Amino acid sequence: MKRIYVNEKWCLGCHLCEYYCAFANSGKDSMVNALKGVTINPKIQVEEGNGINFAVSCRHCENPLCVKSCITGALTIEDGVISFNHDKCVGCYTCILSCPYGCIMPDSEGHAVQKCELCTKNACGEPACVQGCPNKAIVFEER
Amino acid sequence: MSKIVIIGNSAAAIGCVEGIRSVDKYSEILLISSERHHTYSRPLISYLLYGKTDEQRMKYRPDSFYADNMVDVMLGKTVVSVDAKTHNVKLESGEVISYDKLMVATGSSPFVPPLKGLETVEKKFTFMTLDDAHALGEALTPDSKVLVIGAGLIGLKCVEGIADKVKEITVVDMADRILPSVLDAEGAELVQKSIEKHNVSFYLNDSTDEIFPDKAILKSGAEVEFDILVVAVGVRPNISLLKDIGASCGRAIKTNNKCETSIEDIYAAGDCTESYDITIGAERVLALLPNAYLQGETAGVNMGGGEKTYDNAIPMNAMGMFGYHMITAGSYEGNVYTEREGENYKKLFYKDNRLVGYIMIGNIKRAGIYTSLIRNQTPLDSIDFELIKQKPQLMAFSAQKRYADLAQSH
Amino acid sequence: MSVKKGWYLNMAIDYLYPEYEIVRDTNKCIACRVCERQCSNEAHFYDPEQGKMVADNTKCVCCHRCVSLCPTKALKIVKSDHTFKANANWTGKTITEVYRQANTGGVLLSSMGNPEAYPVYWDKILLNASQVTNPSIDPLREPMETTTYLGKKPTEVERDKDGKLVNNMPPQLKLSTPVMFSAMSYGSISYNAHESLARAAEELGIYYNTGEGGLHEDFYKYGANTIVQVASGRFGVSKDYLNAGAAIEIKIGQGAKPGIGGHLPGIKVSADISKTRMIPKGSDAISPAPHHDIYSIEDLRQLVFSLKEASDYKKPVIVKIAAVHNVAAIASGIARSGADIIAIDGYRGGTGAAPTRIRDNVGIPIELALASVDQRLREEGIRDNVGIVVGGSIRSSSDLVKAIALGADACYIATAACLSMGCHLCRSCQAGKCNWGIATQRPELVKRLNPDVGYKRLVNLVHAWDHEVKEIMGGMGINSIESLRGNRLMLRGIGLSDRELAILGIKHAGE
Repeated sequence: MKRIYVNEKWCLGCHLCEYYCAFANSGKDSMVNALKGVTINPKIQVEEGNGINFAVSCRHCENPLCVKSCITGALTIEDGVISFNHDKCVGCYTCILSCPYGCIMPDSEGHAVQKCELCTKNACGEPACVQGCPNKAIVFEER
Repeated sequence: MSKIVIIGNSAAAIGCVEGIRSVDKYSEILLISSERHHTYSRPLISYLLYGKTDEQRMKYRPDSFYADNMVDVMLGKTVVSVDAKTHNVKLESGEVISYDKLMVATGSSPFVPPLKGLETVEKKFTFMTLDDAHALGEALTPDSKVLVIGAGLIGLKCVEGIADKVKEITVVDMADRILPSVLDAEGAELVQKSIEKHNVSFYLNDSTDEIFPDKAILKSGAEVEFDILVVAVGVRPNISLLKDIGASCGRAIKTNNKCETSIEDIYAAGDCTESYDITIGAERVLALLPNAYLQGETAGVNMGGGEKTYDNAIPMNAMGMFGYHMITAGSYEGNVYTEREGENYKKLFYKDNRLVGYIMIGNIKRAGIYTSLIRNQTPLDSIDFELIKQKPQLMAFSAQKRYADLAQSH
Repeated sequence: MSVKKGWYLNMAIDYLYPEYEIVRDTNKCIACRVCERQCSNEAHFYDPEQGKMVADNTKCVCCHRCVSLCPTKALKIVKSDHTFKANANWTGKTITEVYRQANTGGVLLSSMGNPEAYPVYWDKILLNASQVTNPSIDPLREPMETTTYLGKKPTEVERDKDGKLVNNMPPQLKLSTPVMFSAMSYGSISYNAHESLARAAEELGIYYNTGEGGLHEDFYKYGANTIVQVASGRFGVSKDYLNAGAAIEIKIGQGAKPGIGGHLPGIKVSADISKTRMIPKGSDAISPAPHHDIYSIEDLRQLVFSLKEASDYKKPVIVKIAAVHNVAAIASGIARSGADIIAIDGYRGGTGAAPTRIRDNVGIPIELALASVDQRLREEGIRDNVGIVVGGSIRSSSDLVKAIALGADACYIATAACLSMGCHLCRSCQAGKCNWGIATQRPELVKRLNPDVGYKRLVNLVHAWDHEVKEIMGGMGINSIESLRGNRLMLRGIGLSDRELAILGIKHAGE
């Protein structure tokens, strides 16, 4: 299955992935309208350190602890993609407790969580973070 | 191909079904539950009262789950005994059902202590099942004064669920703090203060001396008026089915790391069992939904002919009260690192080069990274502990570990 | 805002005014701060008081990194219209340069090629195409040969005592298309730029050139597509180095700075550079102006044969010179020195750092140099002694075709190669803060050039040029690059004087 892979060697810490992610999942057709004056809450997050940067988003584990721990059944595996059903989520955050990569986060309203679904539920096609990465530090491929 | 019988219909039972079907598409599965409902998530009953979910959405798996997994179900039927020799279970109705392998996922039941005067109360409830929630919900009125006995997870989630629907709520607990099994004193105080903003008052270090139909006199002498009483002092594992036939039991049913009981062909999982808590190195009841699922799944894989062990159980909880969240895991012993800033509170517990527990309140971002340190018993000298103390982050791991995490499939 | 990025750091009066202005469309800016994170010159910052992004124009070098990465296309860079009083003699540029020197007392430094408004002869030469007779060829349907062999060609057929042919072909470089990446040292450009060039050369079946900085141990594996350079500083030269590549180039001169040697500032001499160049970390790497063992063609011949001896006579030796006044006579000497290939670098050739006055005033155009060298060697009957490679601003496939028709065997490209890797010709290489990860050794900037991306873009460029060369050749009715070489009948000048036409050896358009 194609997944997002991150090579920290090429990550510049530019944070564009976060902005493209936030835009792709905003439902708006202009980045300006989607993100101007907004504190973004992207599903991919860049970690920054001493000369090292990398982006982290859901790894779509084959044995996902988040899915197994989800108390509502809002998290499921669909064709390998860890999918999220916002309707079912009550925002208990057990998945946040469980994810070893820290890739599930409260959504902007704080009543539910959000996570990367590989842009399968927006109009983006290939994941927005991958398309927007200026240095191919984030790729979408079979490994 | 064999015939597998599952007693229970909650997380452990569903985990068991999914575990079996991950390795065995053909064995016959029969699921028997004393509740009449499609599998639902028990922890959601408070959210049901709160209005954050409804009966359809709180189904733990889709309506087609049993059909999709080729599971025969008998809902509303109670197993009253197990005959391990003949490999049969007997139902209340007298019906006898044979099994090749049996899963006991009977869960637990609310414990109602013999409180003086309890029998005089008309509207008294426990808070465990969907039926409990319906019953309580129907009794509530905007003028209700509710007394909740027990400031644990169940009691407080009940409080959250009904707070907007009633006039006032009083919580009484013998412990010196709320959520005594989950929080330390400082954290408990923070959370208590935030709950108190929602018209809830607490009597801690206290218990009822005598209960009357419309009020309770506490040991401290305080008098609490109420018209609805919720008893949420704790639960007892439902172990009699197996204890009666000699299965090894402590506080709950004992299982090995394949989730087998001491009786051949009988497995057990969920709140009716004990788990080996790696953070204290001892067996204890970990009545938590994720734990139940993982036990059930492990049992299911083994029952289906696969091989799986579950040997990294840890206590852990994620809980929110009126939007104020806390995530905790492990045990609270050893060295302590504390951070507190406004509403955000964090405590890390570590000893012998391992993180053994943590409490995060308010800012709970990426807590799972701490959980994984505990679950994987990661040696702290193999990571940048000073960095990860500040906030959970993958940066604290070695470049090789990051490569494995981020650039390889898993 | 932290104090380090405030305006007031520029309070000292230096008479320098921003050359460029960063124009931000605040309606589009979402304050993502990508511009701030990506500008190594720290021109952008977020002003919390205004609640928006602002810019310090004095720091802008017009490299377009921010413009390229801005996700909402909210940025553009414009040339400041701030002006001195109009003066055709004392232009704003001239005045500013005086101020700059009065401020520092230093030599003005510049990078990349001569940008001044001298004639570009490529743009005054037009190509021919067939009509009716000698019909044109469709390169998509007919074979079209651009493979080029570079080196000395035998003048006689030799036979052994049995009358069988003796292979007396001296060592050659085989190019799939007549383009090579010219010398850029590891030091002047980054590890990732070198890797991109090496991998592209390998995939394309052409060559890249180490420049005078030695060869990083990681790149020995690309040896079959590498030209190793020996310059006056002899940095990184060892027997292994000489044998690592497919050819050895002696650098006598460089088009951007004829008459002086290379200069790599100590700040760019990192641990890796120090190891590769075999010099102490942090020390300036200054190449002498001349090779101190070469004062004549005879001396040059000694070095040529020393290098041939060291490499078992298996590798062609290239001698690279800058195009200067007597280039034809110099080339004639080189053709007699035993060298296999002469590389000539025109005055538009690039550099990582050169004194501005030299870059902008020394040397001659490559078009004229090439024409006169080819002509001279033909006249002297020694054209086959050497291959001729020219560089110093080959900007497109049409420049390439014109160069071949003027007599070159192949062309060196470097500026175009850098552009394809992301260079925006801001001409600030000497500062070592290249925002595109090319002309820098700062790790956080070097990583901006992912060789997976860089090499692919280089391959694309050369493939595109190769397609175009074939298209143009087809139009001329020529199906082999051999038939184009020195074929000046395919060229016509436009707007050129008789003298210029005579030097170029071409007729005027209409003739």
